[in-house]
Amino acid sequence: MLALTAITGTAQQAAAVTLKEPTVEERLADLEAYVNNGARVTTDKQAGKVTGPGPGHNAWMMTSAALVLFMTLPGLALFYGGLVRRKNMLSVIAQCFGIAGLVTILWVLFGYSAVFAGGSPYLGSLSKFAFLKDVTSAPNTDYAAWVSQNVYAMYQMMFAIITPALIIGAVAERMKFSAILAFVVLWMVVVYFPLAHMIWGVDGLMNGVWNGDAKIRAIDFAGGTVVHMSSGWSALILCIILGKRKGHEKINMAPHSMTLCAIGTGMLWVGWYGFNAGSAGAADGVAASAFMTTTIAAAVASLVWPVIEWILRGKPSVLGFCSGAVAGLVMITPAAGFVSAKSAFIIGIIAGVVPYLACAYLKPLLKYDDALDTFGVHAVGGTIGAILTGIFASSDVNPNLLTANAYAAKNGLDKLVANGGLVAEQFKAVGITLVLSIVGTVVIAFIVKAVIGLRPSEEAETQGLDLAEHGEEAYHS
Amino acid sequence: MKKIEAIIKPFKLEEVKDALHEVGIEGMTVSEVKGFGRQKGHTEIYRGSEYTVDFLPKIKIELVVSDVKVSEATTAIIKSAKTGKIGDGKIFISEVTEAIRIRTEEKGDLAV
Repeated sequence: MLALTAITGTAQQAAAVTLKEPTVEERLADLEAYVNNGARVTTDKQAGKVTGPGPGHNAWMMTSAALVLFMTLPGLALFYGGLVRRKNMLSVIAQCFGIAGLVTILWVLFGYSAVFAGGSPYLGSLSKFAFLKDVTSAPNTDYAAWVSQNVYAMYQMMFAIITPALIIGAVAERMKFSAILAFVVLWMVVVYFPLAHMIWGVDGLMNGVWNGDAKIRAIDFAGGTVVHMSSGWSALILCIILGKRKGHEKINMAPHSMTLCAIGTGMLWVGWYGFNAGSAGAADGVAASAFMTTTIAAAVASLVWPVIEWILRGKPSVLGFCSGAVAGLVMITPAAGFVSAKSAFIIGIIAGVVPYLACAYLKPLLKYDDALDTFGVHAVGGTIGAILTGIFASSDVNPNLLTANAYAAKNGLDKLVANGGLVAEQFKAVGITLVLSIVGTVVIAFIVKAVIGLRPSEEAETQGLDLAEHGEEAYHS
Repeated sequence: MKKIEAIIKPFKLEEVKDALHEVGIEGMTVSEVKGFGRQKGHTEIYRGSEYTVDFLPKIKIELVVSDVKVSEATTAIIKSAKTGKIGDGKIFISEVTEAIRIRTEEKGDLAV
């Protein structure tokens, strides 16, 4: 074994006094670990020669972070904005931007720390990474061995932004801007941060893949429970507490621009590659697999939904194509990096059928005014997706489900995947998500209602929120 | 002088304009309007929501012509705008008491 004594760089010179130089084998093993997205071999103390983040993985995660932001700004803003009446177009855009800024502030202050620092199984430390202290370009090996932690924190922040933004679809056209901001602050603290920590945090209660001590061995690749179930069920509760739009089912509330809605849908679909494939935390084989399954589920559902409309109602609508695509993307989200192409195909078909039935038949039956179908698409799609993930997850696709992953071996996830039984764990995760989202939203909504009120005046609602709340008009004729 | 108001199907506008041009009509005013007659409206479905749209988009053409041109112009409109299906539109003719060209201050038939 060749002992290397050549020293490059002043930092290593200083360290050379106390640190053992890595061997050539160790240095090669580091490079192999980088290519395979495994844990690096030399520890920091050995002053390995590949000390920073991996350039390829970092590049993909920065791209993914930008893609996920693109989903909200302007993807979701246009998808939702096109579906409201023209007098409320700007209110939706303002809400998306407002949430992006607000959640960023929360995330920097303590949100990232609450989700991704170790703490209890239910919530991370509020202070460890407060103000993104110690969140540098060095990787946080709890999550991604080769991705800078500051990139990882920004990537995860984009999820924290889009999740509450999804809720505004249900309450569109009739909730005060101030009430939305107040609701979002409380909701992030009470519902999102704890839930995201439980699913993705290093010591999270339901982090089956990466927490050897997880009590519930659930899996959620990119946020079926954390993002879509939480926002969807909260949206249903909030829209019921808020009440219906003035004139609901009496006056015409047709989308003012299906063109903008379709453009927003395309942006969501493109951005979703960052959301799902990026959730591998690396540019590796799992990301590649998620990229494929995301495409298949979205494309299949985007066709199935309008075809069902065609059969049942006579015409395939553009809103049907858009809704199907989003439903497919929602439903594949928890499964993306865990399932095969064939499973993604089946998930795509289910995503084209069940959310459609929820939007077209369940909503009129139960008479809640989920204005833009956040519940029908995200809660229904996310819940079914989380359960289907338990059925279709395969260790052939994702080796992290194998015994070779020490965490999965320790908590027994490997056996659950191999012998069945994962579905029961998924149901537990679904149950906890449901209870936290519903109870949290009920409490927060009544607090906001009591303190500042939820709805604008009838006059403001009739005039349109654009003029009444923002002093602007989307279109001048 | 008479004013001819014709409500027609939007896609027929070019044909009507050309037909009027051929019989020597040199000017007209066109607006996009909404309304319904016997054709009634249509139903739009957005996921679970169904809306009946009563008012359909139509084009209104307005032209003022001298009395001798009225029958020629209406014949041209009828010929070019007719599809034979419900919703082809209507023509209204009314008396005009005066017309003035602002630039030259010409009046009556000279101004139209």
